[in-house]
Amino acid sequence: MDRTENNILFHKTFHIEGGNFPNAGSISDQVKKALKEAGCPNKVIRRISIATFEAEMNVICYAKRGDLSLFITPNFLKVVVDDEGYGIPDVNLAMSEGYSTADEKIRELGFGAGMGLPNIRKNADEMILTSKFKQGTHLEFVIYLDRQETQLPFE
Amino acid sequence: MTLKEVKETLNADVISGDHDLEKEIKCAFAAELLSDVLALAQEGALLITGFTHAQVVYAADAANLCAILFVRGRWPNEATQQLALQKKIPLLSTSYMMFDTCGILYEYGLKTCALKVTNG
Repeated sequence: MDRTENNILFHKTFHIEGGNFPNAGSISDQVKKALKEAGCPNKVIRRISIATFEAEMNVICYAKRGDLSLFITPNFLKVVVDDEGYGIPDVNLAMSEGYSTADEKIRELGFGAGMGLPNIRKNADEMILTSKFKQGTHLEFVIYLDRQETQLPFE
Repeated sequence: MTLKEVKETLNADVISGDHDLEKEIKCAFAAELLSDVLALAQEGALLITGFTHAQVVYAADAANLCAILFVRGRWPNEATQQLALQKKIPLLSTSYMMFDTCGILYEYGLKTCALKVTNG
């Protein structure tokens, strides 16, 4: 996955403030705009937008702050998210559908169903998630531009 | 069916997107959970929901949904409306409950377009 250094056409880092619920979705919106401007295929933009939205929500819901970086290369798109916060005590458990530690506020917004991380994995071609409990979480995912056969089954 | 037919069938108000009423709706997805919208709604779907905050519009835009229909007479605030205008996502509101709204549209011939899930 560490091919980021080569041929980066575009790179931008967005800051996400934990707990900033009113602006949730605005970072993935900016990522979508950048991908549109770069001329990425619509189906890829949709997959990245959805995965980024979920990743952004995770920082807003569970971290104090975080940085989300978008890398565009000729062959793949990569998103890296590093946050400072509570971390995830059990990454495998967090990856299972339906597992959630969301509070009432998150659920009122229509999130916190334990679908976020599995949905990122579903939309990405590769995904890495590591976490240090009470410190923070590192997430990165890649979508290949030259492997378009790996589309979602209903598309 | 078109968005105009959705409006007429449900006696819905068009909040924004008047000029987009001829838009063809192939399928619909109803949810009160944005996680489900992001995970299961198919591109081009009409989103039927009771949620009116801005995140509904962001989620609909991320998933390339074609319009949002609010049920139970729910009405989004100005900020949400502005965002939808910017994203060119038409907004409608009907006084019918979620179940009635879905039933009426289903009877009219509008189909679901969600991915079938096997479990949970």
